[in-house]
Amino acid sequence: MTLNQQALFEDAKAYSADLDIRVTDSSLRDGSHAKRHQFTVEHVRSIVAALDDAGVPVIEVTHGDGLGGSSFNYGFSHTPEQELIKEAVKTATQAKIAFLMLPGLGTRDDIREAAGNGASICRIATHCTEADISVQHFGLARDLGLETVGFLMMSHSRPPEVLAEQARIMVDAGCQCVYVVDSAGALIMEQTGDRIAALVAELGDDAQVGFHGHENLGLGVANSVIAVRNGAQQIDGSTRRFGAGAGNTPVEGFVAVAEKLGIRTGIDTLKIIDAAEDVVRPVMDGECLLDRLSLTIGYAGVYSSFLKHADRQAQRYGVSGAEILIEAGRRKLVGGQEDQLIDIAVALAEKNSAPAGKK
Amino acid sequence: MTSSATSKATAAIVGSGNIGTDLMYKLQRSDLIEPRWMIGVDPDSPGLRRAAQHGVEASAGGVDWLLAQDEKPDLVFEATSAYVHRANAPRYAELGIQAIDLTPAAIGPAVVPAVNLGEHVDAPNVSLITCGGQATIPIVAAVSRVVEVPYAEIVASVASPSAGPGTRNNIDEFTKATARGIEVIGSARKGKAIIILNPAEPPMFMQDTIFCAIPEDADREAIAESIRSMAADVAGYVPGYRLRAEPQFDDPNPMSGGMARVAVFIEVEGAGDFLPPYSGNLDIMTAAATAVGEGFATRILGDRVPAAR
Repeated sequence: MTLNQQALFEDAKAYSADLDIRVTDSSLRDGSHAKRHQFTVEHVRSIVAALDDAGVPVIEVTHGDGLGGSSFNYGFSHTPEQELIKEAVKTATQAKIAFLMLPGLGTRDDIREAAGNGASICRIATHCTEADISVQHFGLARDLGLETVGFLMMSHSRPPEVLAEQARIMVDAGCQCVYVVDSAGALIMEQTGDRIAALVAELGDDAQVGFHGHENLGLGVANSVIAVRNGAQQIDGSTRRFGAGAGNTPVEGFVAVAEKLGIRTGIDTLKIIDAAEDVVRPVMDGECLLDRLSLTIGYAGVYSSFLKHADRQAQRYGVSGAEILIEAGRRKLVGGQEDQLIDIAVALAEKNSAPAGKK
Repeated sequence: MTSSATSKATAAIVGSGNIGTDLMYKLQRSDLIEPRWMIGVDPDSPGLRRAAQHGVEASAGGVDWLLAQDEKPDLVFEATSAYVHRANAPRYAELGIQAIDLTPAAIGPAVVPAVNLGEHVDAPNVSLITCGGQATIPIVAAVSRVVEVPYAEIVASVASPSAGPGTRNNIDEFTKATARGIEVIGSARKGKAIIILNPAEPPMFMQDTIFCAIPEDADREAIAESIRSMAADVAGYVPGYRLRAEPQFDDPNPMSGGMARVAVFIEVEGAGDFLPPYSGNLDIMTAAATAVGEGFATRILGDRVPAAR
């Protein structure tokens, strides 16, 4: 370590004796959005094997919208997620398998089933003002002996002090690490740092803090580094950005940067670079790009998972996907309200077909 | 008093919180029900004070006080909590008082006025399921009376300030009870319910989306007509209930699980009796409770006519 790098960790606590931070790869959960929830057992086996071999310590596997997400509203899974979780557990040699669940969609029964299938980390997500709906789920997860992580989604939409209050609710309920989740990929540098710092100050030794970034403004890696500098001990990414919107923080990119900064992730940089190119990319239907719609998501502060749904409704109703997303931002939709994108598209189509001069 | 006592069924509202208070305003407009008592447990409750101002006898003595009175109500509306209602329900039943349960206790059969009220007018206790159930089950029933519905799924979006601790602490129970209602009353073979809390300011009206799987060759116009007609029936007792768009039909695709479907978009604007108009989720509960109570009152008053002869 150079002196400069030493200074980086003066205040930050290391995740463990071996790792400065712990990385969770979400390709097989957030990537489910980009894959339109069509993952197969074979996809899971190949990706888990490659990430596990590269030293990724945690791999998240679930429907993109969490347990129970297979539905008309979010898209039906090709293969039941619990089958995918089983396969991931069977394949991993050192990596822990995590799953996501959103109260109001998944239930405690789903958590029990995932735990029974060998997953060991329960990640519970709420909109960043609604943490109190997660209390019963954190309680159960801890009773089952699962490690717990809390997600405050759409964290860009509220100031640091509000997030800190909400993080406290989760921790009091049994959450061991609260993530600032930039679901819209809308946070910019210091906005990330301020939020992480507020959570670190509030939680102290009671729980860790994490950051989950998206690439909709091209800042996933930069925001993650700033998060670490402000005390985050867990960082999410998806190898090859395989995720919603323009994708997640690329794990291979973050790992390369971390190595240069002397931040120990335990992940082999060259192996994860190869895994991204040789294993993850072939499973993807296309690259996750910073294109018109995904940039609009970051710009308008809209939930990243709305991307594919907006795109589909735009085609279905012959309207502009960007206009759907802008309207979704205007209506202040939160994660999970994919149904409202249809309502918006229908309204736009009606407006477009109305004769000129009439409303 | 005498004339109202004979021409209206008497009712007690147990639970003097926001829901009980909103319900009181609705019942005071009823031609069939006289809300005679408002029962709480806290003497300082603003709900009790408000009830007294409106000429309703208010007591902080709880159900013990109510059931010790010489005159017993014909109906009791329970707006407390599932826990309290479980304790109270057997006592009402013993005295022959019909109970309309606005809590998630789910002791009696579930009732959605537009769909199955007629089947349960004699039941000692009925449950109003959930707000999401009251808003969406009628639509599922409207589709299933035209075609077989193998699967129905609803998404209830509720303004965050209108979701109280009862909903927040028991969100699994909300989704499960609603899913069960979709199956039992909506007649879908399998039901699923999703609830979303949205903190947008100003608060949004309650919005519900109903997806029903339908046969590919279904008569879509017949389904749409049945939905429009059902929405009008519900609006008969929930004036702020409306379709936001025409029913939307989609052919099967991989993300739809290979099923054709109809999607229906509902909005519920509250009447603003006591609760703010954005809390359509609460308004539809008190409005449904009133409709159920009036159904019971009609039977009770009908039974009285021969006795008076």
